[in-house]
Amino acid sequence: MKQQIVFKVNGKRVRYAGAPVTRLSDVLRDELGLTGTKIGCNAGDCGACTVLLDGRQVCACLTPVGQVGGAEVLTVEGLARDGELSALQRSFHRHGAAQCGICTPGVLMAAADLLSRVTRPDAEQVKQALGGVLCRCTGYQKIIEAVIDAAAAPADPPAPSVGRAVGARVGKVDGVAKLTGSERFGADAIPKNALWLRVVRSPHHHARFIIGDLERVVQRTPGLVCILRSRDVPSNGFGIYPTVKDQPVLANEEARFRGEAVLALVGTRDAVDGLPDADLPIEYEPLPPVMGLQAAMAPGAPLVQAAKPGNLLQDGGVRKGDAAAQFASCAAVAEGIFETSFVEHAYIETEAGWAERIGVGGDARIEIHVTTQTPYMDRDEVAVVMKLRPEQVRIVPTACGGGFGGKLDLSVQPLVALAAWLTRKPVACVYTRPESMAATTKRHPARIHAKFGCDALGRLLACEVDADFDTGAYASWGPTVATRVPIHASGPYCVPHVRTRGRGFFTHCHPSGAFRGFGVPQGAIAHEAMMDELADRMGIDRLEFRRRNALKAGERTATGQLLEHSAGLVDCLDALAPQWRELNQECERMNREAQRDGSPLRRGAGVGCMWYGIGNTSLSNPSTMRIGLSRTGEVTLYNGAVDIGQGSNTILTQIAADALGLPMHEFQIVAGDTDRTADAGKTSASRQTFVSGKAAELAGLDLRQRIFAAARAPEGEWRDRRYRLSLGRGAVVFRKDGITHRLALSALAGDSDRDVLTGSGTFDPPTTPCDADGQGVPYATYAFAAQIAQVEVDLALGTTRVLRLIAAHDVGRAINPIQVEGQIQGGAIQGLGFALMEEYVPGRTENLHDYLIPTIGDIPQMECILVENAEPLGPSGAKGVGEPGLIPTAPAILGAIHAATGVRMRQVPVLPHRLLAALKAK
Amino acid sequence: MPAYARPARLDEALRMLAGGETTILAGGTDFYPAHASTPPRRDILDISAIRSLRGITEQRGHWRIGATTTWTEVIETGLPPLFDGLKLAAREIGGVQIQNRGTIAGNLCNASPAADGIPPLLALDAQVEIASAGGTRRIALPEFLLDNRRTALARGELATAVIVPKARHAARSHFLKLGTRKYLVISIVIAAATIEHEHGKLRKARIAVGACSPVARRLPELEAALAGEALGAGLGAKANASQLRRLAPIDDVRASGSYRAEAALTLVRRMLDQLGAGE
Repeated sequence: MKQQIVFKVNGKRVRYAGAPVTRLSDVLRDELGLTGTKIGCNAGDCGACTVLLDGRQVCACLTPVGQVGGAEVLTVEGLARDGELSALQRSFHRHGAAQCGICTPGVLMAAADLLSRVTRPDAEQVKQALGGVLCRCTGYQKIIEAVIDAAAAPADPPAPSVGRAVGARVGKVDGVAKLTGSERFGADAIPKNALWLRVVRSPHHHARFIIGDLERVVQRTPGLVCILRSRDVPSNGFGIYPTVKDQPVLANEEARFRGEAVLALVGTRDAVDGLPDADLPIEYEPLPPVMGLQAAMAPGAPLVQAAKPGNLLQDGGVRKGDAAAQFASCAAVAEGIFETSFVEHAYIETEAGWAERIGVGGDARIEIHVTTQTPYMDRDEVAVVMKLRPEQVRIVPTACGGGFGGKLDLSVQPLVALAAWLTRKPVACVYTRPESMAATTKRHPARIHAKFGCDALGRLLACEVDADFDTGAYASWGPTVATRVPIHASGPYCVPHVRTRGRGFFTHCHPSGAFRGFGVPQGAIAHEAMMDELADRMGIDRLEFRRRNALKAGERTATGQLLEHSAGLVDCLDALAPQWRELNQECERMNREAQRDGSPLRRGAGVGCMWYGIGNTSLSNPSTMRIGLSRTGEVTLYNGAVDIGQGSNTILTQIAADALGLPMHEFQIVAGDTDRTADAGKTSASRQTFVSGKAAELAGLDLRQRIFAAARAPEGEWRDRRYRLSLGRGAVVFRKDGITHRLALSALAGDSDRDVLTGSGTFDPPTTPCDADGQGVPYATYAFAAQIAQVEVDLALGTTRVLRLIAAHDVGRAINPIQVEGQIQGGAIQGLGFALMEEYVPGRTENLHDYLIPTIGDIPQMECILVENAEPLGPSGAKGVGEPGLIPTAPAILGAIHAATGVRMRQVPVLPHRLLAALKAK
Repeated sequence: MPAYARPARLDEALRMLAGGETTILAGGTDFYPAHASTPPRRDILDISAIRSLRGITEQRGHWRIGATTTWTEVIETGLPPLFDGLKLAAREIGGVQIQNRGTIAGNLCNASPAADGIPPLLALDAQVEIASAGGTRRIALPEFLLDNRRTALARGELATAVIVPKARHAARSHFLKLGTRKYLVISIVIAAATIEHEHGKLRKARIAVGACSPVARRLPELEAALAGEALGAGLGAKANASQLRRLAPIDDVRASGSYRAEAALTLVRRMLDQLGAGE
C-alpha cells in the first residue's frame, strides 16, 4: 500500500511515497540516503537509530513513517551547520568519545535531546538521557565527559608539531566522519541495483535435513533469482587454519548448530525477506544435540564431527620443572574449579557487505566490500571456497562497527561472493540482530581446574592448570585458545614449576572463536582467585602478594622465555597501592556502619592482574606498511591494518608522521584494500600498534631516506632530525641551519598509485616455536596490567554494583593516551559485563534484551594509570593494549565480591540469583 | 504489503476494527520488535492520530489516561502523589526513546508478565475502558489481563483509556524494580504499592508484584494485614512469604524462580518501608 508522506528532515522538506508501515530508519537510509542513522537491532534494544522527532529522541526503527507526516526529523547529518561541527560533536572529537562510531549517531542524538532541555547537565542527567543507547567500545566514560563538556565550548584536539605526534592526545584522523554520519559501514554503501541475499538457518541445534525442489520455489516466487545450497559451493569448507577447513559455507545434509547456514535466498530484497522459512522445502530430522563440555567429554558421547574422536579438537600444554612434586613442600596450596559461559561480542554493527563480479573470462575477479578485521585472510579464505586464485579476490574493508574478535571469521563474505559470481550482479547481505547472534562466534565457555602453591614467604612454587573449552561445532579459533591459555595460565608471575594444559571440545553450538583475549580472560579468573586465596592463607595483603611474585625483567616465564625488557607489573601495582589502601579502609569503615545500621549493603575491593603476549602465538605475523609520495606532493599511508574503532588509523599516522618528519595532517590513508595495501595481518591479538606500528615507523624512515637520496643529500643526512621537511607544489623542501635541499617530484617516474617515491617497512615480531613441553619464545613482548575494583553488594538481593575501577597498564609507550584510555575503559566495561551479566544461551538469548551488555548506567567511576616501561622492539617503545583492558577486570570484581561478602564466586556471570544462593550456602 | 489505516476519529477506527483481523499500532515499541526479522503480514490500524485517545484528564471521581498517552507524558504531567509510583515505573520503561513513544495502553495490551507499567496500575485499582462499534465498557485491570500475552479484548474492541479512581484519603504510591543492569532491562521482579492514610494510620494498601507470575498479581493478604497500621519505616515488617505464595515465579535466563520469590519479598518490604517513611 503506497501513500504520500511529507515531512522535514534536517530542515529540508522531503516526500516519501511508499508503505506507511515502513520504519522511519529504513526510509532515512534507503530512500533518502541518510545512512548516518544506524540499525543495530530493529527492536529498540540498542538505540543506534536514535533521531529526534519533533525535538524528542525516538528509535527510528520503531517509528512508522506513516506517523511522521508534517513532523520534523533531525538526524546526525543535521547536527553540523555549513560544515562546522556542533559544540557537541567537537567535544566528542576532543574527548575521543567515538571509537568504532557505529553507536555514535544515536549517542549524539540522545545527547542533543538532553542539551536542548538542560544546558549544563551533570553526569546523572547524561546517564538518564543516554540510557537507551548501547555502546560496546568506549565504556561510556568519555561519552559522559564529552556531553558534560559540550556546554563549555570545547577546544579542538591538539595538532602536535612535527616530531611530536607520538604521545600526543590527538583526535582520531577518521573522527569527524564518525561524528557527522558520513562514515560508511558495511551496510551503508550498498549499490541500489544490488540483489539481496538472505540466509536460511537451522532452527535445530543438531539435525539431518533433506532439501526438496528449490527450482519450483524460485519459479513461483516473483523477484527470487536463485537459491544456493551446499553443492553450489565449489569448495565447501572454511576455517582459520590452513589445514582445518571444517566449517561449511552451507551445511550439507547435517546441521551442527542452531543458526547454521542451510540455504541462501538471492533476489530482490522484498522477495528474499518476504519468503518465510516455513514455505521452503526443507525437512529437518532433529537429532539429540551434544550441549556443554560435560556432554562432549562423556565417554561414548556422540561425535559432533565424525573425524574427531572424543570430540577433541586440540590438547596442548606447558611443562616446566615438576609441579606435582612441589605441592607437598608448599606452605599453602589453593585449588578450585572455575566456569565461564558463552559471551557474545555484541558489536552494534551486524555483519554486512556486498560483492560484485568484475571483468570477464580468465581475468574475472570478485570484489567484496565488507566489515571485517582481516582483509587478507578473508581474501585467501574466499579464494579457497570459490576455487579462485587469491589475486582474483579483492577485499575492500568498509568502516568496521566493532569487532572484538567476532569479525575475524568469515560471515557474509563467501555467500555474497558466490552469489555475485553466479548471478553476475552485485549481491548484498546484512545480518539481522538475531541472525548475527545465533550464527557467529562467541567467547569459549571454560571449565578450569587450577592449583597453586607458595612457600612460607609467599613466593609461588608451583601451579597446575587444566583448562577445557567448549569450541562449538567447528574449530574456528579454538586451537588458538587452547594454545594461548596454557602459556598464560600461570598468570603474570614467576612460578618455577608449571604444568598447564588446554583442551578444546566440539559441541552442537555455534563455533566459539576469537573474543578479546583468546581465552586468557577465562584463565585469569582462575589464577587471580588462587592469588587471593594464597594471600589470605598466608596473611599477606592481596596486592602485596602479587607484587612479591610479579614477573620482572630478567626472569623467565612458564615457557622458559627470558623477559629482557618491559615487564612493568610491579610499577602497575605500586601505582595502585595508595588507592588500594584507601579503598580497603573505606570499605571497612562503611561495612562497620552498615552492620550497625542493619543495612544489607557491603563493600569490598579486589585486585586483578594480567599479562598478555602481543601478536600471534609462535607464528610469523608480519605487517608491511607503505607510504607513498605523489608527484603533486601528497603523502599516502597504504595501511592494511583495519581500524575497528581502536584507532590504528590514527596511531599509525602518528608514528609514520614522526618517523618521516611531517605533520599528521599531510597524510591521507588508503585502508585495508587488498589491491592497494600490503598485508598487515589481522586486527587481533593486540598486535597492530606493536607490529604494524613498527612497520609504519620503518616505512616512514625508509621514505625519508629515499627523499634525501633522491635529492642527492649527503649520505646519512636523513637521520638528522634538525632538517625540517615541507611539501610544496610538486616538491619536497628540507632545510637545516641555512642548508636547503629541494626535490622536484614532477621529474620522477610514478607507479600505479601515482606515487613517485614509496617507503616501505615490514616487521615480524621475533618468536620461536614451542617444543613438546611448550618451551620457547611464543611472543616477542608482553603487556602487563593490574586493576582494582570496588563493589557494593546487596546481601538481601545478591546484586552487585561496581563503584570504582582503577586500571594501571604497562603499555610500553602510549602513542595516543586518549585512545589508550579508551581501550582500557572499553575493555574494562566488557570485563564488567563478563563478570556480572553476560551469558549467551543458544536459542534463548538471540537479541539485545535477553542478552545483556552494560549500559551507561552500569559503569563505575573509572581512572586509568598509564605505565610506560618501554619495549625496545616496539615503535617508540609501544606494546599493545587492545585486549589487556578486559582481562583483569572480572578477577578484580570477583575478588571485591569476596572481600565484601566472604563468598568466592567460581562461576561467571555472577547473576543476582547465583550470588544470593552462594551467600545462603556460606 | 498489508493495508495500513490511520484514522483521525475513534468511530472510524472502531468501524475498521469491526471488519476483521487487524493489528493495532500506536507507539510501535512492541509492534516492530516482533518483526525484527520478518516483515508484518496482518493489516494495521494505526490509532496514533486519534486525539481523543491521548492525554491525562482529571474528572469527577477519577483520572482518565488516554490509551495512547506516552510514558513521557505520564512523567511530565503534573499529578498528585498518588501517581508517584506510576511515574517511577514510566522512567524504567526502556530508555527515553521508548518512553517518548511507548503508550500506556500498549503496555497493557502487550500483556507481558514483566510489563513495568502493570503493577503500578494494579496498585492504583485501575480500570480499562474498552470501546467497540457496539459501545463502551469498563473492566477492572485484573479482569483485563487474562494470561501471559492474553487480554480480555474481544475481536473488534479497542482499549481506549485507563481509568484511575481518586483516592478517598491522602494517598501516595511507590515502585521498585529489580533487573540485572541499570537501563533497558527486563525486570526480574517488580513491586508497586499505593497507600491511603489518615491521621498517621494506613487506611488502605494496594500492593502488586510483577514478573513473578504469568500476570502481575495483587497481594490481598498483605493488603489486609497492613490496614490500620501506623505509617513509618516499619511497614515492611508486616510482609511475609505466605502473603506472596500465590505468585508463581519461573526459572529463566534472568533468574531462578526461587530467587524471584525471595527477591519479591525483599522488594515489597523495602518498598513498604520507604513508602511508610514517606521517602
